[in-house]
Amino acid sequence: MARATSKNARIGWTVAAWFVALLIFFPILYTIITSLKTEQEAIAGFNLIPSFTLESYQTVQSQNNYWRPFTNSVILAVGSTLLALVVAIPAAWAMAFSPTKRTKDILMWMLSTKMMPAVAVLVPIYLIFLRTGLMDTRIGLTILLMLINLPIVVWMLYTYFREIPGEILEAARMDGASLRDEILYVLTPMAVPGIASTLLLNIILAWNEAFWTIQLTTTNAAPLSAFIASFSSPQGLFWAKLSAASTMAIAPILILGWFSQKQLVRGLTFGAVK
Amino acid sequence: MTITLRALLGGTALCATAGIAGAQDNVTLTVATVNNGDMIRMQGLTSEFTAANPGITVEWVTLEENILRERVTTDIATQGGQYDVLTIGTYEVPIWAKQNWLVPLEFDDAYGVDDLIPAVRDALSVDGRLYAAPFYAESAMVMYRTDLAEAAGVKIPENPTWTDIMTAAKAMTDKSKEQYGICLRGKPGWGENMAFLTAMANSYGARWFDTDWKPQFDSPEWQATLTDYLTMMNEYGPPGASSNGFNENLSLFQQGKCGIWIDATVAASFVTDPEDSTVADKVGFAKFPNKDGVDNHGNWLWAWNLAIPASSDAQDAAKTFIAWATSKGYTDLVASKEGWRAAPPGTRTSLYENPEYQKEAPFAAMTLTAINAANTQKSSVQDIPYTGGQFVAIPEFQGIGTAVGQQFSAALAGQASAADALAAAQANTTREMTRAGYIK
Repeated sequence: MARATSKNARIGWTVAAWFVALLIFFPILYTIITSLKTEQEAIAGFNLIPSFTLESYQTVQSQNNYWRPFTNSVILAVGSTLLALVVAIPAAWAMAFSPTKRTKDILMWMLSTKMMPAVAVLVPIYLIFLRTGLMDTRIGLTILLMLINLPIVVWMLYTYFREIPGEILEAARMDGASLRDEILYVLTPMAVPGIASTLLLNIILAWNEAFWTIQLTTTNAAPLSAFIASFSSPQGLFWAKLSAASTMAIAPILILGWFSQKQLVRGLTFGAVK
Repeated sequence: MTITLRALLGGTALCATAGIAGAQDNVTLTVATVNNGDMIRMQGLTSEFTAANPGITVEWVTLEENILRERVTTDIATQGGQYDVLTIGTYEVPIWAKQNWLVPLEFDDAYGVDDLIPAVRDALSVDGRLYAAPFYAESAMVMYRTDLAEAAGVKIPENPTWTDIMTAAKAMTDKSKEQYGICLRGKPGWGENMAFLTAMANSYGARWFDTDWKPQFDSPEWQATLTDYLTMMNEYGPPGASSNGFNENLSLFQQGKCGIWIDATVAASFVTDPEDSTVADKVGFAKFPNKDGVDNHGNWLWAWNLAIPASSDAQDAAKTFIAWATSKGYTDLVASKEGWRAAPPGTRTSLYENPEYQKEAPFAAMTLTAINAANTQKSSVQDIPYTGGQFVAIPEFQGIGTAVGQQFSAALAGQASAADALAAAQANTTREMTRAGYIK
């Protein structure tokens, strides 16, 4: 009897989990469906059965070259993430293994920088980019995206590092490991799941960033967010084309997320069960 | 623009000072634009321009209208120089020109400034100087289904009054067949429902502000405007109209669900296009209505224009590009490639004198009549302190117009009464105008 109840409960939970997952995924699914409709179908109202036309994809590709913004997106997302890891790993190491009484305050301060709306600092950052020649450059945006996501990266890595027993690092030190060896050969391999999930999450965040990447670019460094923004039209139907552009923009990150989901989940729940 | 380019341009400028020819060699123009059909067509024809001007390369930045406005404003305010040619609306031109953000435009005789439609030219001029060249322009007019009007036994005259429109809308409505007598904008926004409602209010004899900048939503003219608008939309309009803008109504009309649609004249080419519209051969046109006894047809006038920001460091090349894109020759080029229907409308008198255009575009005559009738210098029959047709040409209007639009859209959605919406609009606008220093 007890087994039957638990089986029912399991089915119930599974159904609930699928429902929630579908609910979360639905906007993306509907974007994909809309991209396969004609413009008239797209604006006509809610309809899950498209006419499966690829017309919008053809128009999008003929109007704008997809590969230039795609390349920029890859460079910005991967570049800013790697740069963030280079800065954040030593920072998180220091805070996790040599905490001071100010460590918590520093962590909170870092997080507080995420609390201000981006538009509040638009003009100063715009001027800095102008004066330093970083406007519409990949390097400028890579640095900016790295700085934007750095607090999250440091926080995540700090949380993962705290799960690693300090004694292991002490043992390495007793065996004569230098600081560099300790971080590179002892800490990093043990924190791989955490680092990997941080890396993936940060790539996703950087890929989807759509304020600075639109405000600080014109043509050379414009990534896929700017590509999507170019398909909205004040006079003329555009929902199917916009959906096609969005699908093309999210497809790479969706595929990356699909293949790395185990790693992502493992990293995000790292240390949850001991 | 890259640093290399700046250096190149600096060099070219020096050469020009020294009197050496070739000032436009190796210039890259960055053109910021919106994703409208006519703009995309221009983008596709860029190679024709670069072939004729080998020293100039053109880079396009296409953005959503509001993002474009935001980007360009930031860039001009900070003297960024990211763009050399801007696509801006009639609303921005006088405001930005007064701030010295735009370069005044002077063209040679071959360009034919006198060929530009006077109403459009006036809307883009400040103190007699042209600050932007019109790429395409529009007014507003009535588009209606001739077959439904005939079946319902009503006739819409060329110069209809609002009473004519309401009578026809009522007669054409058959909600059981998803056939709605009238489709009008309801989506909130200064450029959405407020563009229509401001024009409608003009035609009712209303005004946004009196000569002391005091809002006039408590006037009987505004009350009549909003009451009639809500009556028409609630009784003869489609469901969910409070979220319908230009595109949504375009789709409804093309699918044969609207008897009457009153909106921008540019819509005429969409609704009569047999490829997209199921009612292409059943559309009639009439002037924007007026209220009985009020000699005012809304004064709607909008143009998408090309302008040069003062911060551009390639102003000569930018002017060359604008002269090409807004020339008579460009219109001929479009016509030769895609037919006369595709020619950018509303900017040049010569286009409307062209018999081939008149033949291919059944809406040509009414479009020209509507544009010519628009008076943006005095849009109300009462005395007003502002210019602008379906908007008020002050920087604060974007915020105020959108806030009022939200009140009126809420009234359309049934969340507030007309009286409440007008009272809220009056209070909100008075507060903002006082804060901005207009009301002492």
